[in-house]
Amino acid sequence: MDVAWFVVLSAFIFCIGAAGVMTRRSPLVVLLCLELMLNAGNLALIAFSRMVGNHEGQVFALIVMVVAACEVVIGLGIIVAMYRRRLPIDVDRMSELRG
Amino acid sequence: MSVTDWGWAVLLLPLAGTLIITFGWRVLPGRLPGFIGSAAIGLSFASAVAMLLALLDRPEESRSLVDSAYTYASTAGFEADMAILVDPLSVLMCLVVSGVSFLIHVYSVAYMESDRGYTRFFAYLNFFVFSMLLLVLAANFVLLIVGWAFVGAASYLLISYWYRRESATAAGIKAFVINVVGDVGLVIGAFLLFDATAALDFATVFERTPEVFATNDGQLVAACLLLLVGAFAKSAQIPLHTWLPDAMEAPTPVSALIHAATMVTAGVYLIARMHPLFEQAPAAADVSAIIGATTLFVAATIALVVTDLKRVIAYSTMSQIGYMVLGVSVFAYGAGMFHLMTHAFFKALLFMGAGSVIAAMGNEQSLDRMGGFRKAMPFTYATFTIGALALAGFPLMSGFFSKDEILAYTFNRGGLYVILGVVGYAAAAMTAFYAFRMVFRVFHGEPVPEARELEGGHLVHADPVNPATGEPEDTDVGFPGSEHHIAEREAGMKAAMGPLALLAIVAGFVQIPGVTDVLEHFLEPTFADSHYVHEHPSDSAEWLGLAVGALISIAGIAGAWFVYIRQPGTTGRLAERFAGVHDFLASKWYFDELYDRTVVQPFAATGRFGRTVIESAFVQGVIVGGTVGIVRAGSSFARSIQTGELRAYAALLLIGVSGLVLYFLIVAS
Repeated sequence: MDVAWFVVLSAFIFCIGAAGVMTRRSPLVVLLCLELMLNAGNLALIAFSRMVGNHEGQVFALIVMVVAACEVVIGLGIIVAMYRRRLPIDVDRMSELRG
Repeated sequence: MSVTDWGWAVLLLPLAGTLIITFGWRVLPGRLPGFIGSAAIGLSFASAVAMLLALLDRPEESRSLVDSAYTYASTAGFEADMAILVDPLSVLMCLVVSGVSFLIHVYSVAYMESDRGYTRFFAYLNFFVFSMLLLVLAANFVLLIVGWAFVGAASYLLISYWYRRESATAAGIKAFVINVVGDVGLVIGAFLLFDATAALDFATVFERTPEVFATNDGQLVAACLLLLVGAFAKSAQIPLHTWLPDAMEAPTPVSALIHAATMVTAGVYLIARMHPLFEQAPAAADVSAIIGATTLFVAATIALVVTDLKRVIAYSTMSQIGYMVLGVSVFAYGAGMFHLMTHAFFKALLFMGAGSVIAAMGNEQSLDRMGGFRKAMPFTYATFTIGALALAGFPLMSGFFSKDEILAYTFNRGGLYVILGVVGYAAAAMTAFYAFRMVFRVFHGEPVPEARELEGGHLVHADPVNPATGEPEDTDVGFPGSEHHIAEREAGMKAAMGPLALLAIVAGFVQIPGVTDVLEHFLEPTFADSHYVHEHPSDSAEWLGLAVGALISIAGIAGAWFVYIRQPGTTGRLAERFAGVHDFLASKWYFDELYDRTVVQPFAATGRFGRTVIESAFVQGVIVGGTVGIVRAGSSFARSIQTGELRAYAALLLIGVSGLVLYFLIVAS
């Protein structure tokens, strides 16, 4: 199969994820969309790895998964903490870092 | 100890005194700082005497010694040692400086006792003596300039000693600025010499001067004139003299020490020390002689009309230094240094007497308000009169021999120098007149209330006011002290004035034409290389000069007696009759006004321009303001992006990444 298919699929998933990050207001969904974007990147990495014929891309994809797992742990931890403190679960209202 | 070891002792003892007083000011009680200061200078004087004896033990041809402690500055093609030069000239200067300083320290212990700044005063005074000794002992131009600048700084500190008195600080600044003009001249002059001779120590420079410079070589004349700028600023010669009268804001012992006996004679010392240069550049020496003669005349005319007691003595100092400058500039070094020595004695004495009188008047300095102190202050009267006689050149007093010797040498040069000599004699008549104008107006005539009270045994304690402006002052630190001390009641002041009075009488006997020539003979090794060392006026010429001088002096004194005692009020009529002349002299030949118009005002205008246009408009407005504006605009833009909206950040990030990707795609294709 041509590598172009994988890349196109990866781009689609990335765009879906990016659109989700930019349009959704629930932090939970934003995290899910981020996960989509990361995995789109993984897909592209593995596809190129196969095309080139070595394993470096696959190793890199594994590292991305580890990072994604960590990020999800922290992100979910923040959301749980917000929930416990009865804060609104809405990214638009979390703008304390405004300049 | 060898000669130079004593020289180091002379130099370092006042420094030790300065340091002890400076760092111990908090713990030294009562009069102790004064005693420490006096002891340091006294020991320094004793070392100077020991140095003199050790030097006299040596054969005449090896009486010029240089001793280097360490290398002071060293770089490519340039080396300056921390070295002192001990030869008859510097030994004479050391003796005069440390001896007179010692007596003035003793005087100040009593005179300054009730001043709150007593300790500070002695720290400054010791520092001054150290600087002055460094100046006269320096063996190269670098140390000379260091000492030169140090005495200027000490002079500034002591003029502004009563630092809360505005007139005193203004006078200090004026003195410092004019002295810095001189310092710059000295530095550039030394550079021109270094440029040609590639050396900085005196011996090498003098040795190479005849090799590298023809007679009246342009660069040498320029260098000598620049040295003269330094000498004239320090010695208050026209046109750099205006600071000296204002320097009378300093406490009277300072006037006696710095502005009469020692520092202001540094210029004379400089010319004498640099004599091989000036003999190679006679044009510069002639300029110096003319300026000396001008100064001695102008200052004498001003001294005739000034009514401030200390300023009269200040102008007389200018005038007497004019004689010295004239002397060393016509290559009569022995005579010039002789007058320097006798002048140090009688002028310090006059200032001490004036200090005593001013104290008795409660810090009032105007001659117009004084009178009749003869009975109330017999000791001051006697010593002041001795000083005035010496200043007037009364026969057999010290000033008589020294001044007339200078004039005899001047006449001996012949030609146009005769004019300078005649000017000198004319000023001598005025000198005798104004010297006794002081005596008669202060001590004779109807006693003023202060004198009456003092006769009754009560010393006035006037409300402290600034004598120049009449503003009231408190007696806290930074102003003159509350109590006054007069010589009649203070043994220390008497102990200082007595020896000086004796010296003012007898110091002339070291050099009587045809009888003794102790000083000339002693100085001979220093000036052995001079072409003029054997050009003496004949004894008969000198005696003729002395006779003329004696007649002029007696005539001047008699004139003063006639005007102030026989027919008092004559001066008032004369001043009315010749109001124009009187105003001209009383305004000090308008030198201050001239400098105000030509130097001070333009500088002030430049300063204002710099402050308003360059500093405010350009630097603050354009450079600083522009930078601030750019930073502020940039930061407000950056702040406006920071909305806190997570989705906006994500969008921006995406746009940025897309932009980058697009860019690389376009570049790659």
